[in-house]
Parts: sequence; structure tokens; C-alpha cells
Amino acid sequence: MLDVRKLREDFPVLSKTVYDGKPLVWLDSAATSQKPRQVIQALVDYYEGYNANVHRGVHALSVESTYRYEGARQKVADFVNAGSAESLIWTRNTTEGINLVAASWGEDNIKRGDEIVVTAMEHHSNLVPWQRVARKKDAKLRVIPALEDQTLDMEAAERMIGPRTKLLAASQASNAVGTIIPVKELIGMARDVGAATLVDGAQSVPHMPVDVQDLGCDFLAFSGHKMLGPTGIGGLYVKRETLERMNPFLTGGEMVLSVSYEDASWNELPMRFEAGTPNIADAIGLGAAVDYLQAVGMDNVREHEIQLTAYALEAFKEIEEELDVYGPKDAARRGGIVSFHHPDVHPHDLGTVLDRRGIAIRTGHHCAMPLVQGLGVVATARASMYLYNTEEEVDALIDALKEALRYFGNGAG
Amino acid sequence: MALDRLDELYRDAILDHRRNPRNSAILLDPDIACHALNPFCGDEIRMQLALDAGGRVRRVGLQGEGCSINVAAGSMLTEAVMGKTLDDIRALADLFRRMMRGDARAEAMLEGAGDLPSLAGVREFPVRIKCALLPLSALSRGIAEYC
Repeated sequence: MLDVRKLREDFPVLSKTVYDGKPLVWLDSAATSQKPRQVIQALVDYYEGYNANVHRGVHALSVESTYRYEGARQKVADFVNAGSAESLIWTRNTTEGINLVAASWGEDNIKRGDEIVVTAMEHHSNLVPWQRVARKKDAKLRVIPALEDQTLDMEAAERMIGPRTKLLAASQASNAVGTIIPVKELIGMARDVGAATLVDGAQSVPHMPVDVQDLGCDFLAFSGHKMLGPTGIGGLYVKRETLERMNPFLTGGEMVLSVSYEDASWNELPMRFEAGTPNIADAIGLGAAVDYLQAVGMDNVREHEIQLTAYALEAFKEIEEELDVYGPKDAARRGGIVSFHHPDVHPHDLGTVLDRRGIAIRTGHHCAMPLVQGLGVVATARASMYLYNTEEEVDALIDALKEALRYFGNGAG
Repeated sequence: MALDRLDELYRDAILDHRRNPRNSAILLDPDIACHALNPFCGDEIRMQLALDAGGRVRRVGLQGEGCSINVAAGSMLTEAVMGKTLDDIRALADLFRRMMRGDARAEAMLEGAGDLPSLAGVREFPVRIKCALLPLSALSRGIAEYC
């Protein structure tokens, strides 16, 4: 069990007030999480204590920065059970990780007539790169549909993943409606037909134990800023055998072994995929975030979110006649995301009313336009929870929603 | 006041236009047809104008999907442009943009432009200003393409 009260003290921004003294209620962690002191301090320590470029200096500070930077890589690799640190490439975020796979592996491996299979619940970042590869290579993009309750149609998946499938690319948890997608089953189907597999872990790695050896995927992409880390740093796990056969994504400094005016040879893994001076400070910051999450325990994080989501789904029943709430009803089958919609009150208007009560939610299509359009709406309101959220905050959300619905429903103003 | 200065944003006129958007129709023979989409939230607006022989707006059609501010701004705009020339509309657009940036003189000059001045309160909610400007960006683009 988490001691949420105590843990909240680690997050300076959570004690902030907005709009004349309203306590901040942060229900937008699916967009970005708040940061504990320990992560902020790691950044300060780096810049104040040992700021230096990595892998090149002969001096004391460079030795220390390299040691800490590679230490952070090891921590993040261990966090997803990557097997070795060489299998963990630093990226800016999930989007960049997926684009790296599309540009490098996709370019070399997707051929005319091949099929790339994604799910209907993908974020644009795991859809648009594959649309581009498919168009360029004259391959076919196939989309496993969602059922009425926004779970994945696994029978359709079985039909669609077949001998022509070259890649399965699937999110482990939907950012728009919260559904947890049984990626391990999908990966099993894909491996049976010899296809490569990519998992978009943007909404799963921060919230539940994720083990790439257990999943058996070739690629796992995730973002640091959604898991208590700084912005601008993310990870891409690539299975060792797959990585060894891949060509570089960006070229230049850091990623080369030797260069003549005519030619170059590539550096060893994983630097081959990390051209230019890397984001040293934020990588170290993400290492500190992983330390924090490990100390709390990912099983505890997941358990807390299931309990809180169950509490929220129950609380939403008070206003279920007025609101549509999306996603599976069972909290164990979803992440800490509740996405909802009112037929007459636009999500933006709900968002503004909640904002004035200090409650931060996201409104819009959540970068999942086809999915949200499939729900028959142009946008939804989304409350997303993390290890630091409380039942009181869920109560505050529900109270504010009731007030907002009264405000618009009674011809307010 | 019901909720934390919200009434400054959701003034009566805005809520009224949201409930009953004016000129909510599709013109089948427009001289100008325009469209704008806010890619961040999915709000979308379409507007058509039909001009008379003297180049004045004779009819307006509006269709949109969006929040109160977007729908109300579109609806108010259709009323404000009726009978105007395209030059008048350009001037109106300029005043409106200036008002949304906080120009009090522009706000005063918009007095005769129907309910549009009631959107001035949106300035206090910076993230919503783009909602108020979406219909106007659509119209400005439509006019630019026509001319």
C-alpha cells in the first residue's frame, strides 16, 4: 500500500494553489506527470556539480558525467528488464522512439505487399509513422478494431495477424480511453507468424510493471516525462538480435567509430543510434525517477491506480445519466484514465469550469482522432491519475462536474 | 456570480448563441466557402457567404462542431457580417483581433457589431482565445481565397 499523503510531500507542485487559493488537483498525468524533488535535485546536482560532455573528455567532470549518464541507462534498462544496457537507446520521447524504428527497421524490412498491423486505439505517434512507411513501401496498414466497450476485438486480431504480417505495433494502454490492451497475446500471435513486434509503452511503463522479456517484443518505446522524469528524454528498448541488424537513424558525431572524408563506420551499440551530444542531464533525471518508482514499487503503483480508478468509476455513477464514460467497467482492465463526454456541454467548457476550481484535466481528441471520432464525438474530457492522486481529489472532480453541469444545464449566466 | 469569474467568460449572449446558433444552415450556392479546424481540440467550423450584386453579404450559412465559445463566436460573426462588404468584414476582423489582444479602443469601435463585444471576457481565459478566433480565421482565409 502507498502512503500517498507522505509521498505527495515529495512533489513541490502538488502543494501549489491556483486562482486565489484553490488547491491544485492534478488529473492530467497521462499528458505529463509531476516531478518529485529527487528528480529535480538530480538535475540541479548535474548542472551545479559535474556538467560535462560524455564519452569524450579526459577530465574529472567528464568521467563523472559519463559514469552517471551510463548508470542512468542501466537503471532504465533494468526497469523494463531489457537484459542489458546496450538494448536501451535514449530518445526524446515515445514518438521519437517509434519514428526511429520506422525510419531504420521499417525502411530496411517492410517490403511491397507486407502488412503492418496496429490497433484502433493507437495514439497518433504509433499510427502516422506506419501510415508513412506503408505508403512509401506500398505495404498495407491494417487496424484491429475496438469493440463497443473500447476493448480490443481479439477475434479480429487473430484473423488479421497472418502470414503477410511483417510488424505488429500496439499500445499497451490507451491514452484516450484507458483500456489496457492484451499486448502479450498479440505479440504471441505475431511471433507465431514470424512478425516483428513493437509496444507503445507511453501509458503503461509509468503505471505498471513492464517486462520486455516476458512480453517478448522486439521494441518498446516510452517517455520519461510521463513517469516522474524530465521532459525531453525517453527510452527505446530493442531486442539485441534485432538491434544488431539495424542501420542508424541519425548520423553525425557520437554514433561513429571512425570517419574518413569518404566513409564512416558505426560506433558500437547503443551509441550507434544516438547521434550528437545526448540529453545528459535529463537522462540522469530519468534515472532518478526510476529510482523513485522502484523504491515505491511498481506493483504498489498499479494497485493504487486500480483502487483509485474503481473508486472513480463508482463515483461517476452519480452522474452517469448525464455523462457517457468510456472504456471497460472493470478497473483491473484499464489504466488510471477516465474519459467522458456530455451530449450538450462541450469538453472545453467542462475543462474551463474545472480549471477555475483548480482541477486540471485534458480535453480534446488526445491525439487519437480516429478512435475519438469512432465514439461519435469530436472530443472528450479526460481525468488521468497517478501514484500521488487521492480519493479526495476524485471527489473534488465529481463535485466540480456536478456544478459545471448545473451551470450549463440551468441556463447559467 | 456562480463560479469563479466564469460568468465573465460565459456571458448571457454567449450562452444564448451557443443554444441557438444563428444562420445555422448550409448555403448551396455560396460565393465564398471557408473552413477551419483547430487540430489541438478537433473544433471545426464551416461558413458560406452569398453576396449581392453590390458585393454585400446577402446570406450566411454556418455549421460547426465545438465548444460554447467557438460556436457563439461563429454565430455572432454571421450576424455581424450581414449586409457588409468584404472590405467592411476585413476591417471588422482587424478590430475583433485587436479587441481579443486587449485593445480597449477596438472594443469600443466594435459596439455596433452585434454581440461580438461580449466575447471580450474571453481575454481573461487565454487558452480559450483561439476558440473565439477560429470562425474569424476561417472567414479571413475564405475572403483571401475569393479575392
